[in-house]
Amino acid sequence: MIVEIEALTKIYESKLRVVAVNGIDLELKQGEIFGLLGPNGAGKTTTISIATTRALPTSGRVRIAGIDVVKHPAHARRHIGVVPQFNTLDRSLTVYENLYFHCRYFGFSHAHAKSRALELLHQFMLTERKDVYPAQLSGGLAQRVQIARAIAHRPTVLFLDEPSAGLDPQSRMAMWSAVEGLRKEGITVLLTTHYMEEADSLSDRLAIIDYGKVLALGSPEELKQTFGAHTVFDLKLRTHEGLEPVVAALKARPDVTSAEATADGLRVIAASSDGLLPDMVQAAARFGLRDLKIVEPSLETVFIQLTGRDLRE
Amino acid sequence: MSKTGNRDHGLGNRDAGGHGPAIFFKAFFGLFLRDFRVLTREFLPFLLRVGMQPLLFLFVFTFILPRMASGNPLAAGGKVDFGTILLPGLMAVAIMFSGIAAVALPLSAEFGITREIDDRVMCPLPLWAVALEKVCFSAMQSIVAALLVIPMAYYIPAIPVRAHVDNWFLLALVLVLASLLAGSLGLVIGSTVNPKQIGLVFSIIVVPITFLGCVYYPWAWLSKIRWLQYGVLFNPIVYMSEGLRAAVTPNVEHMPSWAILVALVFFTAALGRWGLRGFLGRVLS
Repeated sequence: MIVEIEALTKIYESKLRVVAVNGIDLELKQGEIFGLLGPNGAGKTTTISIATTRALPTSGRVRIAGIDVVKHPAHARRHIGVVPQFNTLDRSLTVYENLYFHCRYFGFSHAHAKSRALELLHQFMLTERKDVYPAQLSGGLAQRVQIARAIAHRPTVLFLDEPSAGLDPQSRMAMWSAVEGLRKEGITVLLTTHYMEEADSLSDRLAIIDYGKVLALGSPEELKQTFGAHTVFDLKLRTHEGLEPVVAALKARPDVTSAEATADGLRVIAASSDGLLPDMVQAAARFGLRDLKIVEPSLETVFIQLTGRDLRE
Repeated sequence: MSKTGNRDHGLGNRDAGGHGPAIFFKAFFGLFLRDFRVLTREFLPFLLRVGMQPLLFLFVFTFILPRMASGNPLAAGGKVDFGTILLPGLMAVAIMFSGIAAVALPLSAEFGITREIDDRVMCPLPLWAVALEKVCFSAMQSIVAALLVIPMAYYIPAIPVRAHVDNWFLLALVLVLASLLAGSLGLVIGSTVNPKQIGLVFSIIVVPITFLGCVYYPWAWLSKIRWLQYGVLFNPIVYMSEGLRAAVTPNVEHMPSWAILVALVFFTAALGRWGLRGFLGRVLS
């Protein structure tokens, strides 16, 4: 296994004790694209920070290419490429120089660093912007430079922390294809995201995490089959009074997996919507139905089933 | 999977020049090159930054004032002219300011909103070495800044400065130690002070320690104000000024060289340690 995360915990002890990571075990295979999917605050970024030597775990172990990242951080960093959540490009250097000096930091000779930087500019279609400073780049372009920089020293594992946060849809597609392109190079990729589609379309396997724990692990298809062959109905109601019998009646139906009252209405998870929908709407009409959301079977329904909440909440 | 196993896939180490300590030196050198590239781009601002203060100081106090009939209270020292007193002091100030400007200001920006430091700390170097590189690079600038003061002190003052170096080794040692000390102080400020308050630090720390750093008078002359003479011993700038005084103008009264060197080493180590702890605290959560 190229990345081994064992019983990882991270507790921030301050005025408020925060358990950011609560016993995560993960193993990544050589060459796979692995997604960590979870809402904000689930522990994704903390996990990545520890794996990339920028935070120390409270307990547990992370090994990258067999190297313990806590015991030998400097050595481990040679195998790690990072695209952080925020733009950390060197603002005092041009795009070309960002790549060139990155290579120098990793021991490349002048000639070698230069050819690698030019090669990357070409690969990421940045050649025209080689002499531009990072402050002049759009979010999408800056992200591309960051990815190019992260893989410049040919790391074994690339970590992408929320790579599409703040990108417009077009830049996001470009970023996805850049990551897809890395598959050819055999780099193992660990990416965190709270975008379902991103996790679904990019990852070979993914882990759903929340409250610092892995809730489910598998390929997107496996997860959908195991947890998510269900449709989620969210009904927003004006009043809750007398709702209990309706919930009980819904629960009693064979096609309904679960039904429960929520803060502003009712949530029903069911294997199919045939016949259920009109009954539900009719029953809910008495309570002042003002909105109905249907989430078709997807990673999102998997997530809602596992965590009881929406990613966007 | 073993380390050897990973090399077999042909990606991991093909380009990562060298193994063991060699890569550390190369990475350190890479950071140094980067800083040098940035400095060359800002060479004129660099010269102005380090040169303006000593230039104006020398111009006002050793060129203008001596030409005014009774307007030179600072020449009251008597035996030695003020320019000669001022030369080592101004060298110390140049070292100090350039050390702080080269470490504290960039670090505070890199720790700030941009978090550029996250890029630098991903180098295949121990974190202390990343901090050490900053200090060493600033020390190099400090030495240049200090040496720039010498020609100014030669050409500007109305009465020529009487500098002569008996002991070149002492001068080199003091220059290097004082510059490392200034860099370490910059590291402390850069890694412990909130970026928003960096301006305030100049007013409440940098300016006072400069003015009370035996820059404009030798330490021995403070004997008339005993409490101050002992009070300033906690100020590292005193040893920078006195050290340069011992090296550049040995005829002016100064502290014993051994005491100066011990104090410079002590303050460099203490500030370096403090700065490093601050640095680690900022980059590693």
